[in-house]
Amino acid sequence: MLRLPVFGSKSPTSIEELVMAIAEPGARIVAGGTDLLPNLKHKLHAPTTLVSLDRVAELQRITWDREAGLLRIGAGVTLTQLAEDAEVSKNFSSLSKAAGLVASPLIRNMATIGGNVNLDTRCRYVNQSEFWRSAIGGCLKSEGDVCHVVPKGRSCVAAMSSDCVPVLISLGAHLVQVGPEGRREVAMADYYHSDGIAHTHCQPGEFTAEICVPIAKTPARAAYGKWTVRKSIDFPLISVAMHFALDRDAADATITEARICLGVLAARPKLLKVDALVGLRLNDPTTAELVGELCFKQGKPLDNVPYEAEYRRKMLRVFASRALRDLLA
Amino acid sequence: MAGDFTKERGGRIEGEEVQAWQIGKAHRKIDAVDRMRGLLRYTDDLKLPGMLHCKIVRSPYAHAKILSIDSASVLAMPGVHGVVTGKDFPTPYGVIPWTPDENALAVDKALHVGDGVAAIAAIDEDTANAAARALKIEWEVLPAHFDPAESLASADQINPYSRTGNLSKKVMLEFGEVENQLASSSCVIEGDYFFEGSTHGAIEPHCAVANVEPNGVLTVWSATQVSHYLHRELAKVLDLPGNRIRVIQPPLGGAFGGKSEPFDLEFCVAKLALQTGRPVKCLYTREEVFYSHRGRHPMQMHYRTGFDKDGKILAVDAKTLIDGGAYSSFGLVTTYYSGQLLCAPYAFGSYRFDSKRVVTNKPACGPKRGHGSVQPRFAIECQLDKGAAALGIDPIELRRRNFIGHDTKTINEFQIGSNGFMECLERVEASSQWKERYGKMSYGRGLGVAGSTYISGTNYCIYPNDMPQAAVQVSLDRSGRARVFSGANDIGQGSSTMLAVIVSEELGLELADIRVVSADSDLCPVDLGAYSSRITLMVGNACVQAASRLRKQVVAHVASKWQIPAKRVNLVRGQAVDIENPETCMSLAEAFALAEAEDGMLSAVGNYNTPRDRHGEYRGGTIGASPAYSFTAHVAEVDVDVDTGVVQVIKVWVAHDCGRALSPKIVEGQMEGSVYMGFGEALMEQHVVDYNKGGVHTGPSLLDYRMPTFLDTPDIESLIVEEADDQGPYGAKEAGEGPLHPIIPAISNAIFDAVGVRMDKTPFSPPRVLAAIEARRAQEASGELAPHKAALREERR
Repeated sequence: MLRLPVFGSKSPTSIEELVMAIAEPGARIVAGGTDLLPNLKHKLHAPTTLVSLDRVAELQRITWDREAGLLRIGAGVTLTQLAEDAEVSKNFSSLSKAAGLVASPLIRNMATIGGNVNLDTRCRYVNQSEFWRSAIGGCLKSEGDVCHVVPKGRSCVAAMSSDCVPVLISLGAHLVQVGPEGRREVAMADYYHSDGIAHTHCQPGEFTAEICVPIAKTPARAAYGKWTVRKSIDFPLISVAMHFALDRDAADATITEARICLGVLAARPKLLKVDALVGLRLNDPTTAELVGELCFKQGKPLDNVPYEAEYRRKMLRVFASRALRDLLA
Repeated sequence: MAGDFTKERGGRIEGEEVQAWQIGKAHRKIDAVDRMRGLLRYTDDLKLPGMLHCKIVRSPYAHAKILSIDSASVLAMPGVHGVVTGKDFPTPYGVIPWTPDENALAVDKALHVGDGVAAIAAIDEDTANAAARALKIEWEVLPAHFDPAESLASADQINPYSRTGNLSKKVMLEFGEVENQLASSSCVIEGDYFFEGSTHGAIEPHCAVANVEPNGVLTVWSATQVSHYLHRELAKVLDLPGNRIRVIQPPLGGAFGGKSEPFDLEFCVAKLALQTGRPVKCLYTREEVFYSHRGRHPMQMHYRTGFDKDGKILAVDAKTLIDGGAYSSFGLVTTYYSGQLLCAPYAFGSYRFDSKRVVTNKPACGPKRGHGSVQPRFAIECQLDKGAAALGIDPIELRRRNFIGHDTKTINEFQIGSNGFMECLERVEASSQWKERYGKMSYGRGLGVAGSTYISGTNYCIYPNDMPQAAVQVSLDRSGRARVFSGANDIGQGSSTMLAVIVSEELGLELADIRVVSADSDLCPVDLGAYSSRITLMVGNACVQAASRLRKQVVAHVASKWQIPAKRVNLVRGQAVDIENPETCMSLAEAFALAEAEDGMLSAVGNYNTPRDRHGEYRGGTIGASPAYSFTAHVAEVDVDVDTGVVQVIKVWVAHDCGRALSPKIVEGQMEGSVYMGFGEALMEQHVVDYNKGGVHTGPSLLDYRMPTFLDTPDIESLIVEEADDQGPYGAKEAGEGPLHPIIPAISNAIFDAVGVRMDKTPFSPPRVLAAIEARRAQEASGELAPHKAALREERR
């Protein structure tokens, strides 16, 4: 069996204690551990202390802040809780669907939404054992200095593989980050950048406390599409999330605002340029085609995860068009 | 035949229909509850006082010379108790005695990424891992060969023990006049097929523990499916007499052929235990399981099949290039099987196969469920489907027309006994509503059929000898209990339950009153192990013999006490009963006590040896010969997404002739498991190395090596066909491997019905299927081909 490295652990019970605990050098936050622990077994990180979110009660809640017009999801809420929450499902079906498509039931029981939005980037050349990586001399993200995906590439293109991130970006969500400097809010669309080695703007000593999703003031529809080889367990090989604000709640409504976000390209989720969709009717057959076309044109998968990039690019078109058609029901 | 088993049995009235007491009933496997409750102790659950943990250091290079290994500095590390390298194991071994071409650890060079080079024993796993990481090895990297054709052409010899360069084995056999028959065929189908490598994916990784007992006996507990062959090879490599070694197989968490031969860890823990005087354990990581491999060989197959105008097969010409990986493993047998097991259930007018197995710098391939014959079965069944299409004959009808029959000889001279293939075809045809639906479902939906045969054990042992193939000892005592001692390996397939069912049937005992002691070389008679689907037939026959001897003995004493003829005494439901006067009865405990008082300890042995008249009289004619053959037919229904190439298998109907089904629930389990396993190979599994990255495995984990989940698995309808065979216990044949074969071609043929494309290369992954659909569309657009199912196209999303 692969062994975990030796580390200490702390279980603070309040946000204040948590901030202090992760300020210690070598400390790292752990929630469900479903991403972190396999990476530790693969010797991708070597924290001296793992700080658990588990006993911080205020991070485990889903609250509807009507005053602020926000759904506030505590970072410690599990993906199972999120996927099975009836109110969330009613109001944010794409989010509910994405959370329910992560990995497998057992993993969703442990994994949290805070962990999912901070999921480390993944690459076929990185997420392997230390021995395996030694056979190819490592890479930019591990022990080496080359990229095996983009020959001569100087920056890491490991893939953002979270199911929930593209959905949350399409919904205009923001994060509440807490750290030694206090609380700050950051739009999820701005939280990620293109360096696969450190792909978020999470500051040192900071952690994600809350994920806030604006409650739509106008009629809206949203969808999520994912392709994997298996119907369970797998990380997405392509993912597309879309959100449309509409002039009324009907299949033939006119789109007043559109956001489409793609995952699993490189380190950064890609918010597409979709102005061309505004003013179109949702159920106009050309709308579905255009959605597919926009995804195909702007999404350029790389060979950083299994299955050929060219095929995955074609599938962006198919899955995006289908996701839109699913909204017409 | 089936009914006849009763007349052999003491106490039963000849000719009278006797209700079976256990045979054919639903049984819970004897270890099922413990397994489900997590109470079974697998090899890794063994913990001995003072036990050391062993880690094997592996080569990061696909082909590299070992210049030096600095064992001394690692041995000096605190907590490290022993280090062994290839130099400690100079004697090469191999499960096939003719091809000993591997050492427990690489001696001069490593032959694939993951090849074992050194092993370290330390006080705990972390210390062993740290030492493994610190071990300095100087390498000289050599050019590696991954492509079998390229390797065959190369002058660089990969395996140092090879006597024929990189050619591991070549077999060419011809029966009848193939070229003439092809020339006179009305229709010749020519096709190239590729079957990708796949691995077993048993949930329990390999694990071994060794301990030197105070009396000097070396005990090795191992997650093996062939204790006896392990025992032999340990003796050879460690240079110890066999009587100083004890091999025990604890309960296993799956094997599927992946634990059919000795592996480096067993030799390493044994040597380290001898060296340190302490118990030593080694548990593979999942990644190491992928490197130890011995899974399905990738095969490139070129087939020509000639048919007459009625669809009769006049000629089959098969040319096969087999990618063997770095070592021989069972490769000699694999090479024969790739041709020898194809000659039923259809009669061939003539047949030639030319198979070459090649050494490459990859983890060695070996036996996986349906050893050597799943790949050629894929090719031939696709060929038949293409022939049927070309001749305008229904694919099931074409198969019927070529049925070889029962009590006949195949063209390669194997004696076939019972044969329920026609009933298998009928059952899947009716259940799938083939006649109403084949070729008539909408574009994207399709049905496909395929058939197959498999052996119920190999007629000859791996090492030639005149001893029985199987032996069992059964003893009874006054507590009303039976003990069955068998060397056979229960690997989860239920073989120990099968022995219990037989003893229960013969002696009238409840299943719970039978203790099976298996696979412990100090306690049990020698058995060859769990491979080639041999146990039910071979060990089952031995068990019937032992148990029926005891039955006669007990019945005689009861009859004598009651002063009635022996044929009036029946042993059933835990009692001895006078069948003409049922109120005269006694418990079996009393009956056994009676017999024990007269005769002393009640114990009997049973032996089984194979009939010597089943094989062909030519060199290699014994390989693939079996006492009895199972037969299978599948129909698969698929839904092909024409925009994505994703193939969804909706349902699989599997009809399998296993002879008499001794325990139908267990047979169904084997049928379903086989379908599941083959389905994964057809659609997603790929055990491959990256040629551009030094030969690393593309994903040695259960995340990256994609095996189907529950959600992916189709509905499976298992249809048991019982064509009892004279050779089997109560007429039983095999059920563990045969039912896998047809699923892969059945899916390929169903894809053709659905969308008009031939998938001749596994896996039928979405990119490949989509590419084939797009190619066909281009041909349809250019007028080269008519639109497939033009009349049945509907608006599809």
